[in-house]
Amino acid sequence: MSAASTAEAPAFVAKTKTGRITDFVDSRVGGSGILREFGRKVFPDHWSFMFGEVALYSFVILLLSGTFLTFWFDPSMAETRYAGSYVPLKNVEMSVAYSSSLNISFDIRGGLFMRQVHHWSALLFVASIAVHMLRVFFTGAFRKPREMNWVVGSVLLILAMAAGFTGYSLPDDLLSGNGLRIIDGVIKAIPVVGTYISFFLFGGEFPGTAVIGRLYMLHILLVPALILLMIVLHLFMVVVHKHTQYPGPGRNDGNVVGYPLGPVYAAKAGGFFFIVFGVIALMAAFFTINPIWNYGPYDPSPVSAGTQPDWYIGFVDGALRLMPGVIGDFHFEYVIFGYTLTLNVLLPALVPAGILFTVMFMYPWIERWITKDDREHHVLDRPRNAPTRTAIGAAGFVWYCVMWAAAGSDLIATHFHVSLNDVTYWLRALFFVGPIIAYIVTKRVALALQRKDREIALHGRETGRIVRLPHGEFIEVHAPLDEYKRYKLVGFESPVPLPAVPNEHGVVTRKEKRRAFLSRWFFEDRVAPATPAELEAAHGHHAPAVEAAEESKTLSH
Amino acid sequence: MKALSQKRRHPLAVIALLLMGLLVTGGLYAVATTVNEAKASTTSYSASDTAEGQKLFEANCATCHGMGASGTQAGPALVGVGAAAVDFQVGTGRMPMQMNGPQAYKKPAQFNETQTHQLSGYVASLGAGPAIPEEHLLDEKGNAAEGGELFRVNCAMCHNAAAAGGALTRGKFAPALADVSGKHIYEAMVSGPQNMPVFNDANVTPEGKRDIITFLKQIESNGSPGGADLGSLGPVAEGLFVWIAGLGVIIAFTIWLTSRTS
Repeated sequence: MSAASTAEAPAFVAKTKTGRITDFVDSRVGGSGILREFGRKVFPDHWSFMFGEVALYSFVILLLSGTFLTFWFDPSMAETRYAGSYVPLKNVEMSVAYSSSLNISFDIRGGLFMRQVHHWSALLFVASIAVHMLRVFFTGAFRKPREMNWVVGSVLLILAMAAGFTGYSLPDDLLSGNGLRIIDGVIKAIPVVGTYISFFLFGGEFPGTAVIGRLYMLHILLVPALILLMIVLHLFMVVVHKHTQYPGPGRNDGNVVGYPLGPVYAAKAGGFFFIVFGVIALMAAFFTINPIWNYGPYDPSPVSAGTQPDWYIGFVDGALRLMPGVIGDFHFEYVIFGYTLTLNVLLPALVPAGILFTVMFMYPWIERWITKDDREHHVLDRPRNAPTRTAIGAAGFVWYCVMWAAAGSDLIATHFHVSLNDVTYWLRALFFVGPIIAYIVTKRVALALQRKDREIALHGRETGRIVRLPHGEFIEVHAPLDEYKRYKLVGFESPVPLPAVPNEHGVVTRKEKRRAFLSRWFFEDRVAPATPAELEAAHGHHAPAVEAAEESKTLSH
Repeated sequence: MKALSQKRRHPLAVIALLLMGLLVTGGLYAVATTVNEAKASTTSYSASDTAEGQKLFEANCATCHGMGASGTQAGPALVGVGAAAVDFQVGTGRMPMQMNGPQAYKKPAQFNETQTHQLSGYVASLGAGPAIPEEHLLDEKGNAAEGGELFRVNCAMCHNAAAAGGALTRGKFAPALADVSGKHIYEAMVSGPQNMPVFNDANVTPEGKRDIITFLKQIESNGSPGGADLGSLGPVAEGLFVWIAGLGVIIAFTIWLTSRTS
């Protein structure tokens, strides 16, 4: 019976050896099915869509270079005397962690390069995540169905910062120790439990002998594992949701216009990995990063000038620098039942970051509630076509940047020859005023750009050619747009404010009134896209007459 | 002699003459500068030094520091500041001050070594103060590792751990220490110029100061083992670099990758 069935359906036998091996594997793991499904997945092409990829590749490079570093790094805080080849630190008392970091830098072949690859890619990792998030925010890609993925992305940002900070602290040099000391101070500022948390974390009074080993475990095990998990979730959801696309002719919420993954996109993406790797490798080869030998071993007494965290923690450091100790006679430090409450540390360290991350996580739901928009969106907004959102984003961005700049206030003062105090005063003012200015300016710019788009859609592009008509009138020739370009300028949604509606009991709730108020704020300033009727009316203008005159002129030559 | 006069219109004669002229000037200059150097290194002052110094002081410094260096509203008294202070302030060009401000900037020195020597002789004669350091303390052959520790504990909080400088309040600053001579570093430590505190011999021993100078000179001559140092300014410079250069190049590549060939 079995012999008969094989005779009826002869199994496929590949001609070459490679083919037979491939067939053997494929018939067991079903690779071709997966490839058929994924290979036909379409990705739209735009440069701004590639920052997520940059982050992913930086993470892969981090794993590779980090593994190399673990071979030689020893996270011990035991005391030793340096015996490596860097003379200015010869015989200096230091921790084994610092000594092994120095050995990686000076006595392991390729070690310094790999350390620099690791650190540069860490900076690039968080930077590309930040730019990716800005892109997602300003184009409205977080809207339904992608709200959850926005949250996963936000978690990834926090995890990336955690990975960065735990890594920054590992070499146990003066710079990283100063950073840990600030974290210790912030933790101790938390009322009641702060001291206990600090003692738990450091295994006793700061700095103790345990913290480097603990941070190391977090840095190489827990945090990367969580990042990996989140990346898997993130990419899984990208596959489920499909990629968003910019508006354009033939693109709508029901399709994706772009290249299939295989072969074009896969080749591009694969090649891009090596480009990112190459850029990082060149930076690591030619530009030094975190020269730990400059800073010396950690010792709780000295603090070097120019002590800053890596850029992604900078905004917290900046907020700490901006916070005044006293305002006039008003103090920020109280002793309550024997506990000291230091608001001048607690407020700047936790409140701005808290606000920033809370709004970041909640934003998709905030906008959804205000706009009552429950539709799926796969076509992105051009930032100008959502002026209020763009303005909110710009305000948040400026707020972040003010704190970020404050982290470098000392360098601003020395390099621009201004007073450090003045820099601080200006940044304090900008901390409050900057976001407001950014909001107003951005919104006005977005509306102006929309008006310009409308103008171009209706009257065409100015060519700069001045023509005198037979009856003496001078006009400037406007070149009409082709349909594809015009679609981009007119084919967008322009919602109007949603007034408050009564609920099922016929009552307009207070909450609904608030929502209506916010909806008005969100949508009241709008420039509607040109309608077909308007386009028709504009088209019947004097342009054809000019074109006719032009043509006859050309003929007469 | 006749041969020489016959050759005087030879095309190469001009070049030979030029070469000779250059050699003579250069040689004389070299002699003159070494003469100055030798004078400057002697820490004893003759009566004529002091007298000349007084004349220079009255012409250039007394407007602010007062006759007899007794001080005015515009400048402090200099009695007892010692020769080291004068040699540092005048030798680095900080004095005479270009303009009033939070701090005097380093600039090309206005007085030559002899004049600086005479000025310091005059001020030193007004009252005892820190003297110009002896040569053996400036030989840069101390213990760099010890010097590094002293530097991190005493100096790095203002001057930065890599001696790249740092900000102080109200427009004051601690300058970067690259290209500062060992003598001036030593004098700054003992005299506390501008906004710097004094590190007297009880704070940091002369040997310790020698170690610090050794450390500074060594990290300066070591250069940066990891590539361009981005000003040794720490994470701010690194962050700026990754955002502008790193991400900039990456963005250029993304644009290239997604541009259509048509």
